[in-house]
Amino acid sequence: MNQRVLFSSIRLVLLSLIVLGLAYSMAVFAVGQLFFSYKANGSLVTSGNKIIGSSLIGQNFTSPKYFQGRPSATTPTYNAEASGPSNYGPTSPLLLEEVKSNLERILKENPGISASQVPPELVESSASGLDPDISPASAYLQVPRVARVNHISATVLRNYIRQNTTSRFLGIFGTEYVNVLNLNMEVLKLDHKH
Amino acid sequence: MTWQGSIQVFIVLIILIPIAMLLGSYMYRFLEGGKTFADRPFKRLEKGAYKFCGVNPDSEMVWTRYLFALLSVNLAGFVILMILLALQPVLPWFNPAHMTRVPFWTNLNTSISFITNTNWQNYSGETTLSYLSQIWLTVQQFLSPVSGICMLLVVVRGFSRSSCKTVGNFWRDFIRTIIWLAIPIAFIGAIVLLALGSPDNFNAYTVAHTLQGHRQVIAQGPVASMTSIMQLGDNGGGFFNANAAHPYAAPNAASLIFQLILGMSIPVSCIFLFGKMIKDKLQIRPILLVMGVLFIAGTLLMYHYEAAGNPALTAHGIHLASTQNYEGKDSRFGIGTSTLFNNSTTAVSWGSVAASNDSMTPLGGLIPLFNMMTGEVIFGSWGVGMVGMIAYAILTLFLAGLMVGRTPEYLGKKIESFEVKMSVLSMVVPSLAILVLSALSVALPAGRSGIFNHGPHGLSEVLYAFASGVGNNGSAFGGLNAASPWYSATVGIAMLLGRFAMYIPLMAMGSSLAKKQKIPTTAGTFPTHGILFSVLLGGTVLVVGVLIFFPALALGPLAEQFAAQAGKLF
Repeated sequence: MNQRVLFSSIRLVLLSLIVLGLAYSMAVFAVGQLFFSYKANGSLVTSGNKIIGSSLIGQNFTSPKYFQGRPSATTPTYNAEASGPSNYGPTSPLLLEEVKSNLERILKENPGISASQVPPELVESSASGLDPDISPASAYLQVPRVARVNHISATVLRNYIRQNTTSRFLGIFGTEYVNVLNLNMEVLKLDHKH
Repeated sequence: MTWQGSIQVFIVLIILIPIAMLLGSYMYRFLEGGKTFADRPFKRLEKGAYKFCGVNPDSEMVWTRYLFALLSVNLAGFVILMILLALQPVLPWFNPAHMTRVPFWTNLNTSISFITNTNWQNYSGETTLSYLSQIWLTVQQFLSPVSGICMLLVVVRGFSRSSCKTVGNFWRDFIRTIIWLAIPIAFIGAIVLLALGSPDNFNAYTVAHTLQGHRQVIAQGPVASMTSIMQLGDNGGGFFNANAAHPYAAPNAASLIFQLILGMSIPVSCIFLFGKMIKDKLQIRPILLVMGVLFIAGTLLMYHYEAAGNPALTAHGIHLASTQNYEGKDSRFGIGTSTLFNNSTTAVSWGSVAASNDSMTPLGGLIPLFNMMTGEVIFGSWGVGMVGMIAYAILTLFLAGLMVGRTPEYLGKKIESFEVKMSVLSMVVPSLAILVLSALSVALPAGRSGIFNHGPHGLSEVLYAFASGVGNNGSAFGGLNAASPWYSATVGIAMLLGRFAMYIPLMAMGSSLAKKQKIPTTAGTFPTHGILFSVLLGGTVLVVGVLIFFPALALGPLAEQFAAQAGKLF
C-alpha cells in the first residue's frame, strides 16, 4: 500500500514534468512568438542590421556627450549577464563612499549644479544593476552639458524629455521616468542633423 | 511620501477583494462539490491524470494517509529535481549558454527550496542554470504551493465536518487544484506578462554593441512563463538574480502591479474559501480585518522610512534633492511601488523582490523581517497564511478562555488541550529554529564568514535568512553568502522545519477537530466575528511575534537605526 503511494507520487511528478514543465513552457513560448514577437524576443533595438541593445536593459554611458543613467553595481557595470544590486547596508562605509564619489563626479561634469539639485537615484545604484531609466529631474539636470558638448539646442532636448516622459501607471503606480537609451538615440539624431 | 504612493495599497486591496470573492467560491465549487463553467475539458484531464498515476480519487483518507501521500509527492519531487539539476551538464537541450555543473550544495539547497515553496535562491539564474533546468524549477512552482491548499482543506474540514474520521482524498484535492486553478491562471498570467513586455524565448544570450561602443551580452530566456507561475504560486524564485527588479521580469509598474495582484489573489481567496466551507461568512471578517490592517500598516511604515531616507547619509553631510533611499531600487517603480511590493512579498510570502532588502533603511528593512517572524499570517502563501491565522485564533480563544475559566470553542468545535498544543507547536518550532540557527551562525566562524555587511546589519542579514527559510518565503538580504556550505545546509534545514513542523501538527489538529461533534452556540459562547475578537486576534499576532523576537530585533535593525542617526558606520 505504502509502496503504491510512492509509485503514484513518482508518476505524478513525471507527468508534471511533461505537462507543467515542457507543455506549459512551450505553449507560452508559442503564444509569445506568434503574437508578441518583438517583446518576446527581448525588445531589442537595432540600427541598420546591428543590435545596439534592448530598450528594457540599461547601458553604460560615461561620455559627457550622452545622458548618463543610474550607477550600476554589477561587475562590470551594466552586465546584462549577471544582474543584481550592491547590497550595501545603510551603515556600510562602502555606501557612503559610493554616494560621495558619484556626487563628486556629477558636480564636476555638470558645472553650475549644486548637490541639493541632484536626485538621489543619480548617485545611488539600482536594484537590477540594469535600470534603463532615470527620473525627468535627472535628465533635465544633464541637458546643459549634453547640449553644449553636442552643440544642439537645450530647448529641443527639454521638449523631447517632456514628450517622452512615461507617466505613472493609471496615474498612481510607479513613478515618472525617461528611458536613457531612447534619449541618447535622439541626441545622436539631432547631432547628425546639423 | 506622495499621495499616489500612499493610496496604492488601498487600491490594490479594493481590486483584490472582488477577485478573491469570485475565486474563493470557484475554488469551493471544484474542491467541495458543485459545478464550474470549465468542468467539461478539465474533467477529461483529471481522469487522465488519475489513470496515469494509478490513484483512486474517491476513497476518503484518514489524516495520516493523507499526510503520507503529501509527503511522498514532496519527496518524489525533491529526488527527481536533484537528479535533473545534477544532469544539467549532460542534457543537451535548451542550454545555449552552455551552463555546466550545478554545485552539490547549491543543488541540495535549491531542491529543498523549490519543493517547500520557499524558492530561496543561493544561485543566480542567468549564470548558473540552463533553460531546461529553469523549466524543471517551474514544475515545482506549480506543485509546491498546492500542498498548502491541501493543508488548508484538512484543517478547515476539521470545522466543517463532524464525527468524521477522514479528512478527504489527497489525490483529488491536489490534482483538481492544479487543473482547475494553477494551470489556467498561470497561462493567462503569462500572456498578460508577455503583453506587458516580458520576453519568452530560448535564444542564445544576445550580443549587443551599445551606443557608446561596448559589447553587452543580454541574458534572456523563458521569462514570462516562469514569472507568471512564480508569482501566482507565491513561489518567488525568479529567472534572474535581480528577480522582479530585473527589467525583463517586470518591465514597468503595470507589470509589477499585475504580478502583485497575481500573487495575492489566491491567498486572499483562501479566506473566502474558508468562509464558504464553514458556511458562516461572518467569520471571514475578523481574519480579513486583522490581515488587512497589518498589511496596510506594514506597507505605509516601510514606505515612510524609505521615503524619509538613510539617516547615516544625512549625518555625513550628504544633502541631495530629496532624502529618498534609492540605493537598491529601480527608477520605474519609485519608492512607493517598490516598498508596496517588498512588503507584500514577505506578508504574502512569495519572496521575489523589486528592490534590494539589504539596502533598505534599518527600520524599512525591519518591516519585512517582522512580517516573516509573525509566521507569515498576513495573507501568507496558498492556504498557509489562512491556516496560520486559524492557529492564532485558537491561541487567542485559549487565552480568552483562561481569563473567564471556560473551555473555548471555535466555529462550533470545542478547543481542547490537543488543539492548543498543536497550534502552539506550529508557532514555537519555527520561531525556535530561526533563533537557534541565527545564534549558531553568528557564533561559529563558518557562519560569520558569510556575512557581507558588518555591525548590527550583519545580524539582520542572518536573522532575515533564517526567517525567510523557516517562513518558506525565499526573499533575502542579498549580501549574505548563501551559497556557502554552512548556509546551504542550515537554511535547508530551516526550510524543511518551517514547512513540516507546521503542516504535521496542524493537520493532526484538523483531524482531531473533524472527529468531534458540533456543539450549539449558547449565550456563553465567545462570538468570533466581532470587533472584540478582531482586536484580540491582532493583538495576539503582534504580541507573540514581539515577545519572541524583540531581543534579536533590538540587536539588529533597532541598534542599527540608532547607529545610523549618530552617523556610525561599520
